[in-house]
Amino acid sequence: MNFALFVQYALSGITVGSVYAIVAIGFNIIYCTTGIINFAQGEFLIVGAMIAISLSAVAPLPLAILGAVLITTALGAAVELVFIRRVHNASVVRLIIITIGLSILIREGMLHIWDEQVRSLPYFTGTDSSTITILGAHISLQVLWVLGVSAVIVTALTLFFRYTTTGRAMRACSDDRMAARLCGINDRWMVTLSFMLSAGIGALAGCVVSPITQTQYDMGAPLAIKGFTVAILGGLGNSMAAVAAGLLLGLLEAFVVSQFASAYKEVVAIVVLLLILVFRPSGLFARRGTSVRTA
Amino acid sequence: MRTKLAGILGVLIVGCVLIATGCKKSPETPPVEQSAATEPAAGATPIKVGAIFAVTGGASFLGAPEAKTAEMFVEKINQAGGVNGHKIELLVRDSGGSPEKAISMAKQLIDEEKVLAIIGPSTSGETMQIKNICQEGQTILLSCAAAETIVNPIASYVFKTPQKDSDAARRIFQTMKDMNIAKVGVVTSNDGFGNAGAKQLADLAPEFGIAIAGTETYSTGETDLTGVLTKIKGLDVQAVVNWSIVPAQSLIAKNMKQIGLDVPLFQSHGFGNIKYVQAGGEAANGTIFPCGRLLVADVLPEDHPQKKLLLEYKTDYETRYKEDASTFGGHAYDAMLLLVEGIKKAGSVEPAKVRDAIETLQGVVGTGGIFNLSAQDHNGLGLDAFEVLTVQDGKFAIYQK
Repeated sequence: MNFALFVQYALSGITVGSVYAIVAIGFNIIYCTTGIINFAQGEFLIVGAMIAISLSAVAPLPLAILGAVLITTALGAAVELVFIRRVHNASVVRLIIITIGLSILIREGMLHIWDEQVRSLPYFTGTDSSTITILGAHISLQVLWVLGVSAVIVTALTLFFRYTTTGRAMRACSDDRMAARLCGINDRWMVTLSFMLSAGIGALAGCVVSPITQTQYDMGAPLAIKGFTVAILGGLGNSMAAVAAGLLLGLLEAFVVSQFASAYKEVVAIVVLLLILVFRPSGLFARRGTSVRTA
Repeated sequence: MRTKLAGILGVLIVGCVLIATGCKKSPETPPVEQSAATEPAAGATPIKVGAIFAVTGGASFLGAPEAKTAEMFVEKINQAGGVNGHKIELLVRDSGGSPEKAISMAKQLIDEEKVLAIIGPSTSGETMQIKNICQEGQTILLSCAAAETIVNPIASYVFKTPQKDSDAARRIFQTMKDMNIAKVGVVTSNDGFGNAGAKQLADLAPEFGIAIAGTETYSTGETDLTGVLTKIKGLDVQAVVNWSIVPAQSLIAKNMKQIGLDVPLFQSHGFGNIKYVQAGGEAANGTIFPCGRLLVADVLPEDHPQKKLLLEYKTDYETRYKEDASTFGGHAYDAMLLLVEGIKKAGSVEPAKVRDAIETLQGVVGTGGIFNLSAQDHNGLGLDAFEVLTVQDGKFAIYQK
């Protein structure tokens, strides 16, 4: 393998990894507040991208994306108010199963609204063939958008969870709901808020990755599974680590493809997930004994 | 804490698997009506025809236009009084592209509905799964999938309407030879259509003096192919052949441009849907692929035998469904056409007699070409059924050197 080819594999890994990373971030927000994994996260992504695609027919791209994020945020709130809040004394497992049901419901809804065709948003800058060249290899400009948006989201989330009262209140709910309630935190609204945030960020992620991955009603689940793997790999609740883990998995897959038949790359992802669960259940980047839910 | 967390994660894995396998493959509600155009005639009993199409799911590019075409065809026939006085009752089932579902649907159509014939399925993988079921159930199967293995070896009740894989591969290699291309890379999707194509390409390449430097497969739901293409790039090929029916067909053109792999891209006849071109954007320009003539019907010479039929089908489809016609819908048209012609010729609705009649049909002008069937050839289309097409400014055009 010559150097240019090596760099090309690396850039290919970053392309895929950046998509995994931005999907993974969404998982962490709801986990941070409720301790549950939202399996409808992938559907939030696709709903966001689909709405943006529909809106972009009548509005400029930035407005279409903004509209999509707002509508999906509202959907996130509706989902929580209608389905999650009404479950009393729910165990974490029960809530997770509810989100799996929701994912199917949303997916079928999308099939009826947008039919089965593959769509995509236009590339944000340039066209689908424009690339930048690094060390003799090429990478799509859209990947930079994905990485940039991921960086902004992670930074904003970190600041929000660490330094704002609302953010701290959300974390408190995750650590101990009862104690948080005793401190005067309205834990129910914190959960709603986390669903809204997560849906909004999911929608934004869906829009940014749409030019690369294309968008189809049933693409949410495969994306969510990779995102989930990455979230676990980084350590649930830690968005910064999720981005690092996403890039790591993307690179790993790219170099597996370089050496073996490409069918094996899924095997790698699953083996990595299993190894992490067995040996480091709190994630690659978690220090022993510290809380993992620090956003 | 650690054990509790691990326990929760264990449950999550189960959830993951559930979503990955069970739920993904089951879009429960087909958007088409389960049985359209069902008005039994007053006198003669209606002929029941089953249809299994991937109306939803990854192969919906095929199944949706096929189901719509079949419904349109049947409605038209019934309005004209049916076949030999019998109306046709079409029972459409949505398999979502899943072979498992196709099997149970085929069994249900044969055992419970007792259909005369099944048209579809859309994909080769599904067809191969139900080939024997139809043969044993003595139910005529007119597949809309392309793989050669459907009619080779021959099963007496099994036919297919799309042109042969091997002929598509031959047209591709012939075009390459004309362009002085000697070394190519092959990428295929990991499904029935892709695997059959990879085999045809490998078998036929030596005949044309073309070397296949490497073959890569990718999973059907792939969302980025730059890794696979980088591997092909490292082989210094003069052209890339992609053989698939999945949305990755559009991705591959984009990804090639993105990693700077500037060689001609050849696709299989699975590319014959303008939506793939639209999804591929400007990167799709210049793609070369063999295909039936439906896509270029309006520029065919006036005296071409298929021209009238193609334009009529295209206009009917496009006015009714407000979307572009694709060659895949044409495969369903041809399947219905062969069945109807067979019933007319047999003058009967007995499966064995209709089967015999279909096997001897000659010179039937369809959307895919002119069908000449025989006991040895259950497809009936020749090499000339394909035209080599290309994409110019986001539109299909006849390829000229």
